[in-house]
Amino acid sequence: MHELALADSVLKAALSAADDDGMDRIDRIVVKIGELQQIKQELFEFSLTTVLPAQDARLAGVEFDISEEPVRFRCRSCGTDYGREEAGIDSGGDQGEAIHFIPELSHAFARCPSCGSPDFDIRAGRGITLVRIEGSSEDDRR
Amino acid sequence: MIAGEPIDPRTFVVEERLAGVSRIVGVAGSKGGVGRSVVASTLALALADQGKRVGLFDLDFTSPSDHVVLGVERGFPDEEFGIDPHVVHGIHMVSVAFFAGDTAVPLRGDAATGALLELLAITRWGDLDVLVLDMPPGLGDTNLDIVQLLPRLEFLLVGNGSRVVIDSVRRALQLYTKLDVSMIGVLENMHRGNEHAIGSLANTFGVPFVGSVPYDQNLEDALGDVGLLRTSDVYGAVRDIL
Repeated sequence: MHELALADSVLKAALSAADDDGMDRIDRIVVKIGELQQIKQELFEFSLTTVLPAQDARLAGVEFDISEEPVRFRCRSCGTDYGREEAGIDSGGDQGEAIHFIPELSHAFARCPSCGSPDFDIRAGRGITLVRIEGSSEDDRR
Repeated sequence: MIAGEPIDPRTFVVEERLAGVSRIVGVAGSKGGVGRSVVASTLALALADQGKRVGLFDLDFTSPSDHVVLGVERGFPDEEFGIDPHVVHGIHMVSVAFFAGDTAVPLRGDAATGALLELLAITRWGDLDVLVLDMPPGLGDTNLDIVQLLPRLEFLLVGNGSRVVIDSVRRALQLYTKLDVSMIGVLENMHRGNEHAIGSLANTFGVPFVGSVPYDQNLEDALGDVGLLRTSDVYGAVRDIL
């Protein structure tokens, strides 16, 4: 359940962004989850909504908008653009488990479907991104 | 009010994940083949033998070898609110080899940065007296990332008496002193002859010369055997270095 550690990082980042923008209440946090990491979304959401927000009053009543972003690889050898299934990753076994913990380990297991190269860029859908937060300050609410 | 550009949230928990670690010691080598991983692993072993709580993080993602030096079987770490390091010979260890097995892991710079951040964000080191970082050779992305991410870092720079190594140690000392990285000192490994040119070099930068390990032609036999490693010259040279 390292989803809890990742959810914790999202909330810490959101609170830091709120500080930077003078918000004392966060109403909405928008998060993108990359398909590559195969995050257990229900665990991640449970951590975000139930376990962690009690740590800070600014998160009382916060809502989450969580979406998954498909992974796209771009081969550095032949330029082919491809997705997770075409990359030949064994999602159910140790390969999937390793990538779940460290998405960059896809470089050990994924191969370009056209030329077989392991040299690629992960163009989208790698891991977790805090897209934006929405909230207000006391002055805003007056 | 809407805030922000998209943010990678992992950097926001790095400091907190290491809050229970008293000292962070990066064992660095300006060039490959100077014995950095042997020094890092043996230092961790010696500290654990002294009853210290020690972590060992192998940051040489593309060629991890601390598990080979210490004879550690691979296998996935336990997962509980993050990942828990393997505890072997009293050392709390994390290595990419535990996840990737024998498979080659080709990582370009940004991918190495991503792997580093991920492991820093999800690993639960707990309370440690010392976390030893086995740095990758050279002055590339991971070394620079670590300097940037961990302001408490102290470096132990490993080199030897070869002229090509001394030249690269000079470059490393130039960089790290310019970046104000705290330096434990320079350790000379694989020493032969009577000269300690690397010690003189360290002194010109105001960095301590912390010891010299004689060239040990039997060291290869000790790799993977912590009993033999404990009798090696390198163990004797590093055990009191901190």
